Amino acid sequence: MGKHVLLVEDELNIIEAIRFLLSREGWQVDTHSDGADATDVIRSSKPDLVVLDVMLPGKSGFDILEELRGDAATADLPVLMLTARGQSRDREMAEKAGVSRFMTKPFSNTEVLTAVRDLLYVHGQRT
Amino acid sequence: MASLNALVAVCLAYVFFLFCVAFAAERAGVRGRARWLLRSPLVYTLSLSIYCTAWTFYGAVGYAARSGLEYVTIYLGPSLVMIGWWWIARRLVRIGRSHKVTSIADLISSRYGKSNGLAIVVTIMAVIGVTPYIALQLQSVTASLSLFAAAEQGSLTDADEARAAGFWIAVGLALFTVLFGTRNLNVNERQHGVVIAVAVEAVVKLIALLAVGVFVVWGIAGGVSETLARIDASDLGTWEMDGSRWAGLTFVSAAAFLCLPRMFQVMVVENDDERHLQIASWAFPLYLMLMSLFVVPIAVIGLDLLPAGSNPDFFVLSLPLSQGREGLATLSFLGGFSSATSMVIVATLALSTMVSNHVVMPVFLYLHQGGATQSGDVRNVVILSRRLSILAIIGFGYIYYRLSGGSGALAAIGLISFAGVAQFLPALLGGIFWRGATRAGALVGLGVGFSVWVFTMLLPSFGPDAILSAAVFDKGLFGINGLRPQALFGIPGLDPTVHAIFWSLLLNAVSFALVSLMTFPDPLERLQGAQFVNVFDHSGQTRGWQAPVAESEDLMIMAQRILGAKEAQRLFQAEADRQGNGGYLPKPTADFLQRLELELAGSVGGATAHAMISQIVGGTAVSVQDLLAVADESAQMLEYSSQLEAKSRELSQTAAQLRDANAKLMQLSDQKDAFLSQISHELRTPMTSIRAFSEILRDTDGLGPLEKTKYANIIHVEAIRLTRLLDDLLDLSVLENGQVTLNRQSGSLVDLLDHAIATAQASEARPITFKRRRLDETVTLHTDLDRLSQVFINLITNAQKYCLAQDPELRIDVAQSGERVVIDFIDNGWGIPAASRDVMFEKFSRIGAQDGNGAGLGLAICREIMARLGGDVSYLDGTGGTAFRVTLPHSQALAAQ
Repeated sequence: MGKHVLLVEDELNIIEAIRFLLSREGWQVDTHSDGADATDVIRSSKPDLVVLDVMLPGKSGFDILEELRGDAATADLPVLMLTARGQSRDREMAEKAGVSRFMTKPFSNTEVLTAVRDLLYVHGQRT
Repeated sequence: MASLNALVAVCLAYVFFLFCVAFAAERAGVRGRARWLLRSPLVYTLSLSIYCTAWTFYGAVGYAARSGLEYVTIYLGPSLVMIGWWWIARRLVRIGRSHKVTSIADLISSRYGKSNGLAIVVTIMAVIGVTPYIALQLQSVTASLSLFAAAEQGSLTDADEARAAGFWIAVGLALFTVLFGTRNLNVNERQHGVVIAVAVEAVVKLIALLAVGVFVVWGIAGGVSETLARIDASDLGTWEMDGSRWAGLTFVSAAAFLCLPRMFQVMVVENDDERHLQIASWAFPLYLMLMSLFVVPIAVIGLDLLPAGSNPDFFVLSLPLSQGREGLATLSFLGGFSSATSMVIVATLALSTMVSNHVVMPVFLYLHQGGATQSGDVRNVVILSRRLSILAIIGFGYIYYRLSGGSGALAAIGLISFAGVAQFLPALLGGIFWRGATRAGALVGLGVGFSVWVFTMLLPSFGPDAILSAAVFDKGLFGINGLRPQALFGIPGLDPTVHAIFWSLLLNAVSFALVSLMTFPDPLERLQGAQFVNVFDHSGQTRGWQAPVAESEDLMIMAQRILGAKEAQRLFQAEADRQGNGGYLPKPTADFLQRLELELAGSVGGATAHAMISQIVGGTAVSVQDLLAVADESAQMLEYSSQLEAKSRELSQTAAQLRDANAKLMQLSDQKDAFLSQISHELRTPMTSIRAFSEILRDTDGLGPLEKTKYANIIHVEAIRLTRLLDDLLDLSVLENGQVTLNRQSGSLVDLLDHAIATAQASEARPITFKRRRLDETVTLHTDLDRLSQVFINLITNAQKYCLAQDPELRIDVAQSGERVVIDFIDNGWGIPAASRDVMFEKFSRIGAQDGNGAGLGLAICREIMARLGGDVSYLDGTGGTAFRVTLPHSQALAAQ
């Protein structure tokens, strides 16, 4: 069984693309589209990695990230953050909140794959 | 019997004529025509003549036949009141107008701190006091009818027939009152139909009485000197004056003139102009003088000519009949009929307003707790309750008439009624002249006076052993000598009527004054008291709702229920314009709440209106300034305080405006940042999909044809989304920079809406039901039709997308108001949260929308387009669903016609 990736994103087509990419690498991909209860979903499904969009309905990706980092169980969970706003301020905010990796949309597929692979590898090393 | 039938026919024709007159006046009033007549002092004076009921028409002669010149007192009291109009009547009218008073109960309750309890007490007392009077009118009409029948057949008609006649008369009067008395909910809007009918009836009864008088003096007696000789010869000629009776009766009739609900209705509520009082001050006494001119001659000749034992109350009718003057008798009958009907109509109208405003509405509101904010129209409830009250009151009158069996001299019943309503006098006069008067005082005074009246006048009127046993008359209640109904405190020797009037009013006034001195008024009472007493010094409303936390929308919903949607929207719009903030809902400032309460009071009475507003605002608070204004007598201090108040109001308004402006600026700056990041987001999102899938298509081996098509399709859709976004952005930028050229054409609104609906339905699959009134839509527009259509399509598509009701519905209302054409799009969805309404017309604001289709530019574009077209599009509050209002200037709409 491959690693478990949870994708939190609300754009259907982007979900489709990322799911396609990651599944082909042999990872198990689950998706979730609502920001409001995302933290709970992440906690209960215990993924190896979270791909997190910033602009989510209900709650922003930054808030979700802060909640994850505030909780001992998920404090070390690798989080790859995606944003379409692409301002430097966003990157700063994400890093302050404790993001593992930050990428701007539109991304190159290989970059995403590399990032996910790195994060899972590092995480795997640590645990 | 033919003649009796003819009489009934004449009656019916006369009533039909009155219906026509009332109807025409009502129509003219609505169209604002014939103001010179409807609002003339002449009509006002004539309408005051409902003071002269069948009692005075028939009864005055009977009175004169029994007690000589004493009947004059009944005319003397009102004449004195009118001649002295400057002191009391003018004050009442001014207070009535500035506080939108709907009835005497409303006035008294408003004065004493808008107390509904007091209003209920006054209402019940008024109903008890006036019901016998209504019965009296029914009795006089049926009695005069049977008199005719007797003359015709030589025998009295049987009782059943008279009762049947009484019943049908009561039904007819109820119908008339319901038809013309409950057309306007707002009592302060004049009931032109009723007033004109009353005025016509006033003329008819005057002519009838004068005609009979002329006939008697010149036709029977043979001239003035002969008549005078006959008067001298009779007992009536001797001038016997019982001072106490004269004073007592003059006083009580003056009091009744002010306190009778029907007099209050015509004198205060239906008054259009204070100056009319000035003319009525001599014209009305003149009318009364004419009415009383021939009373003595008719009485004397009647006593001479008619067989002993005939009822002098009907000499006016029986004299012409005995002389074979059927025509004159018919005219005289019509005069009596007029007096009776006009009194019943107005009295019932006034009472029904009191009952519905002070008894039914408070109960209704209590049963629908929290109901002031629920949607739906209570106007129907008010009107219905008013109509039912009318039926009930006339029903009471009829029942009383049946029970009393038509006994008793007319004048006696009239006096009992007069003395009953006269009990309002201390509370009324105390309220408008004495600031120290309190609610407790008024309640105790009314209670004491009323009880004494019941005990000394009403109950004894049924005779010994009817309700009070003979033993009570002789030995007093419970055997206490001091409690004899016609000799209170063991002081015998007074005339029973004078005795009752004297003691009831004296005890009433004394207890009112004493309790007022002992109790302390609450702040609201003090304020109202100051305003009533000093009504000529400051008609402005100083009292205010403090620190309002009311939601304007709740107020709007409530106002709509009472005033109706159109009127309420007009009121709120005017206030919003006055406050100078956009939109349709004004801020609930103290000023505005005050005005709103006044408007509501015009419809449902002061106490209820006050209760409804405090239900929303959460209790009233009287500000320190207000109290200072009341407490301090000095005009300077008052002036200074009100200046301070105005200044501080001005300052806080300015501060609020500054705060708003500042917030707006901050918001704008934030928006500028947000705009860039939004554009970035909106452009990058479709690009992400395009890039990801094109890379997948390029790099992945072994994709099946189905997958390839699917991914290519995604790229295609996202590319289109990107294009549309750019189109919208460019469109908006062109519109914002004002570079757009309008292509003005003429077209009909119906076609435009048809087209817009068809387009919207083609592009968006979710079904929605449209509700339109094509008749309203027949408006020719001259504007840029394509652009306008773009706005319509956008609003319709939004409703299709975001209306989440079970059966989505979109109502399109078109109205032309003044210089604008207004098109409302109202769906049955959940509305838009108040917080989002300010920003929803900004670029990129998407409210809870989770589909990625819209970029949130639609409404921003709509707003720009409407601005270019000289109109506006805005959110419409208070409809329950999501609603948008598109406004076009009328000149553009009708330019082509």
